[in-house]
Amino acid sequence: MSGLIEQLAAYGPARGDGLADMYGPENRADVVIIGAGPAGLAAATELRRCGVQSVVVLDREPVAGGVPRHCDHYPYGLREFFRLLRGPAYARRLVAAALAAGVSIHTGVSIQSLTRGPVLTVTSDAGVRVVHAQRVLIATGARETSRAARFIGGTKPGGVVSTGALQGLVHLEGINPFRAPVVLGTELVSFSALLTCRHLGIRPVAMIEPGASTTAFWPARWLPKILGIPLLLKTELLTIEGENTVSGVTIRRPNGDIERLSADGVIVSGHFRPESAILAGSHIELDRHTGGPVVDQFGRCSDPDFFAAGNLLRPVETAGWSWQEGKAVGHAIAQSLEGKLPSPATGFAVKLAGRSLKYVVPQRIVPTNVPPALDSFQFRVSHKAQGRLCFSINGIRKTVKSLSTVPERRIRVPLTVLPRSPSGTATFELVESDR
Amino acid sequence: MSTDHRNSQFDIAVIGAGVIGCAIARQFTLEGARVVVIEKAPDILDGASKANSAILHTGFDAPPGSIEASCVAAGHAEYLKIHERLGLPLIKSGALVIAWTEGEEQRLPVLMERARENGVEDVQLLSAGQTHELEPELAEYAKASFIVPREYVIDPWSTPYGYLLQGLANGAVIKRNCEVKGGRFDGVRWTLDTVQGQVSATTVINAAGLYGDLIDQQLTGSTRFSIKPRKGQFIVYDKPASALVKHILLPVPNDVTKGVVICRTAYGNLLVGPTAEAQDDRVNAVLSATAMTALRQRGEEILPALADQDVTAVYAGLRPATEFKDYQIHAHEGLNYITVGGIRSTGLSSALGTAKLIYQRYLESGEAFQPPATVQWPRVSNIAENYPRDWQCEGNKGIVCHCELVTRREITEALEGPLAVHSIGGLKRRTRATMGRCQGFYCSAELAKMTQPYFDAASSTVGSHVGAN
Repeated sequence: MSGLIEQLAAYGPARGDGLADMYGPENRADVVIIGAGPAGLAAATELRRCGVQSVVVLDREPVAGGVPRHCDHYPYGLREFFRLLRGPAYARRLVAAALAAGVSIHTGVSIQSLTRGPVLTVTSDAGVRVVHAQRVLIATGARETSRAARFIGGTKPGGVVSTGALQGLVHLEGINPFRAPVVLGTELVSFSALLTCRHLGIRPVAMIEPGASTTAFWPARWLPKILGIPLLLKTELLTIEGENTVSGVTIRRPNGDIERLSADGVIVSGHFRPESAILAGSHIELDRHTGGPVVDQFGRCSDPDFFAAGNLLRPVETAGWSWQEGKAVGHAIAQSLEGKLPSPATGFAVKLAGRSLKYVVPQRIVPTNVPPALDSFQFRVSHKAQGRLCFSINGIRKTVKSLSTVPERRIRVPLTVLPRSPSGTATFELVESDR
Repeated sequence: MSTDHRNSQFDIAVIGAGVIGCAIARQFTLEGARVVVIEKAPDILDGASKANSAILHTGFDAPPGSIEASCVAAGHAEYLKIHERLGLPLIKSGALVIAWTEGEEQRLPVLMERARENGVEDVQLLSAGQTHELEPELAEYAKASFIVPREYVIDPWSTPYGYLLQGLANGAVIKRNCEVKGGRFDGVRWTLDTVQGQVSATTVINAAGLYGDLIDQQLTGSTRFSIKPRKGQFIVYDKPASALVKHILLPVPNDVTKGVVICRTAYGNLLVGPTAEAQDDRVNAVLSATAMTALRQRGEEILPALADQDVTAVYAGLRPATEFKDYQIHAHEGLNYITVGGIRSTGLSSALGTAKLIYQRYLESGEAFQPPATVQWPRVSNIAENYPRDWQCEGNKGIVCHCELVTRREITEALEGPLAVHSIGGLKRRTRATMGRCQGFYCSAELAKMTQPYFDAASSTVGSHVGAN
C-alpha cells in the first residue's frame, strides 16, 4: 500500500490537464469537489472509500495539493499519515492517496459560477464548459489579507508580498525576492514565513505586531528569539517606502515614537479570509462573520446539494484540521447521496450576541441522531477577552465555560452542549468579566 | 520635410507616452506624419495616466469657453466614433450629480445651466424620489440630483494603448526607457539628445505630463506654467460591490476638485475617490491610511451597503495641475514646438479632442502631410468585464490570475505583442494580472516565472518587481 502511494507521489497529476475528455460527453459526476487542498482531497478519498462512483476534484492551480505545496517545512502529516512531513511531501501524499482511491483530479480548471442543480460553469484551456453533479463540495480554502485591504500607507514598490506569495515564489519557482524584509504579523503563518526566510538565508530585520503579545501560541513565539529577529510588539506599520523596491518602513513604537527601519521587502502575513468569491455571486448564503458559507453540522450549505469544508468555512485552521474536516464532510456527502441525512428544514440558526465573539461554525443545527461531520462549534474572538462563554435557547441561558483568550486562538465547544431537540435560535455570547 | 523617412528622421517627436501623447501620435500618424514617441519610463502610461477615475466625461462641468471644455467635448464624440473599431469598451452608465445638502441643491440649476452652455443639453433634474428610484442603494439623505446621460465608463489603460497601437500599426515608432536629456532647433529640425542617442524630428510636441514644465525649460529655455502635482487617492471595492450602483455618482463640485466620485469600473469593480492633495513630488504618489479610511467612510455615507463590501485595491495617482485652471497649450512661434501641458484630470476624456486641436495648431505653421492610402485598425484584446474575454475561449492556456481571470495566453501576448510590456506595472495595466482581490497571493509565483525571461535585464534583483505598482 505505502509502496504504491510512494510511487504515485513521485508523479502527481499532470500539469494543467484542463477538461479534455474529463467525464465523458455529458460532463457529469456524482460528486464534484472544488479545490485540491487537504480538505478537498480528504473528502474525495473518503467518498471513494464509501463507494461513490465518480468523484472529480477540480483545481484552478496547475498542480494539485493546495497551500501545503509551497510550505516547505514541518510539521505536516502526523494525523493523516502518522509521520512527520514537510508541506510539499505531504501535499504529494494527499494527491497520491486520492488517485489510489480512484479519484479523478483535474487541474487548471476554474469555476466561474455555481447554480442550483447543481450545475457549474467552469473554464480551462478548453474554454467554458457546463458540469453537472449530484453533490458539490466547495473547499477553496483561505488567503491572506492584502496590504491594500489593510490600508497600509506609503508607496507601492515591488517586494511587498503575502506569505503565500513569498512561499510560492521561493518553493515553486525558486525566486528569492529580498534579503532583509520586515514581517508584519505574528500568526502561525507569520512564523511559517520566518521558517521560509531561514531556509533561504533571508534575514528579516524585525517582526512587527500591533498587539501586546504574539497571536500564535507557544512554541512559535520563541522562534524570533532563537533566530535572533527582533520582535516588536505594540508596534504599528505605518508606511512602506521605496520607488521600485522597498527601501524601508516607518513604524509607531508603543511610546508613540515614529521610527524608520531599513528593509528591502515586507511580508504582510496572516489575517486570513475565506476564498469565497465564487459564492458571492451565487444563490448560496454567506456568513458575514466568517466570510464563508453558512453550513450545518454536516457541512451542508443553504442549498443542501452543496457542501463546504476546510478553511473556506472560517479563517483559519491547520492543514491537519482541514483534512479531518474534509474527510468527515466527505462521509456526510456519501450519506446524503444515500438519503441518510435529515432534511435541513427542521434546523435552527446559531447566532452570536455581543461584540466579543467573531464567528461561530456551524451556523445551523439540524436536530437528528445522525452523527455530525463537524462535531464541535468553532469560535474565535475579535479581541483579547476574558469571561464566560454562554448560550441561550428557548429562553434558557447557560454558561458553557470560562475563557481567557486572544484573537485567532482556537475555541471549541462540543455540539452536545445544546439540549436535544431544541427549537428557535441558539445564541452564543462571551460575557466578559469586568477587569 | 515630410518626404525624408529614414529611420532616425521624423516629422514629429512626441515626448511622453501618456494618454495625451498616445492620442497625438495616433492623430499625426493617421494624417500621414512620420512620428516617434519618446517615453522615459519602461512602459507607456507610467505617469499621470497610470491612475485616474476611468470616466469618459462629456465636459458638462468644464469652464465654458475653455480649451478643456472644447477638447473634452470633441474627445467624447471622437471616442464614440472609433471605440468599436479599436475593440475598446464603453459602459453606458450615465452619471448623477447628487446634492447632499440644501446648499448643494440650490447649486444644481447653475450647474445644469453650465452643462447646457457646454453643449450638454440632455441633463435633467431629478427629485429625491426619482434619484432613489434610479439608485435604490443611495443613502436616504440625497436631496436631489441631475442626470448626465452621456457620462460613460471606459477602460483607462486599453484606451491609450489602443491609440498608440493604431499609431504603430500605421508606421509610428515608440522608444521607451528613453529619457530626453536636451535638444536644439537649428531653424529647420530638432535634434533631441536622449539616453538612447539622438533623435531628429521637424517638430517637437511636449506631452510630458508631470514633467511638462521641465521639458519646456530644457528645450526652449522657458516655460509659461509650473506643474503643481495634485495627488488623488482611490479605493477599489471587490466585484460584488459594483452591483450596488448603476450610474456614476458625482458630487456637486467645488472650486478645488470634482470631489469624491463613486463609479463602476470597466473591469467590474467599484471605485471610490479621488482625494485632491497638492504636493511637490512628481514621482511618488504616497498612499495614506487616513485618506483611505476617509474615502471608505465617505463611500459608506453615500452608499451605506458598502459597509459590507471588501476593498481589494488602493492606488494613488498624480495629476499635472498648474497654477492655471485651463489646459496649457502653446505653439512656440518659429520653433516648431508645441507644448501640451496642464492636462489635469480630464486627459482620458479629452485626449482624442486634444490631439485634433494640436494637429490644427500644427497646421497654422507646418505643412500638411500625405495621409496613408489605407489606415490599419488593430483591435485591442479586451480586458473589460461584460465584453468577450479570453478565458471564455478555447486555447487560452488556462487562467493565471484567478481574481481578474487573466489567461496565460493574454499574458504571453502582452509580453510579446507589438507593444510588448517591459515592466510588471506595464503588465498589470495591460492585463490586470494581480489587480484583484488577492493582490498576488495566488499568482505572484507563476507571474514571476512567466515574466523572468522578459524582465530580467531591466530589474536588478530577481523577482524584486513582484508586488510592484
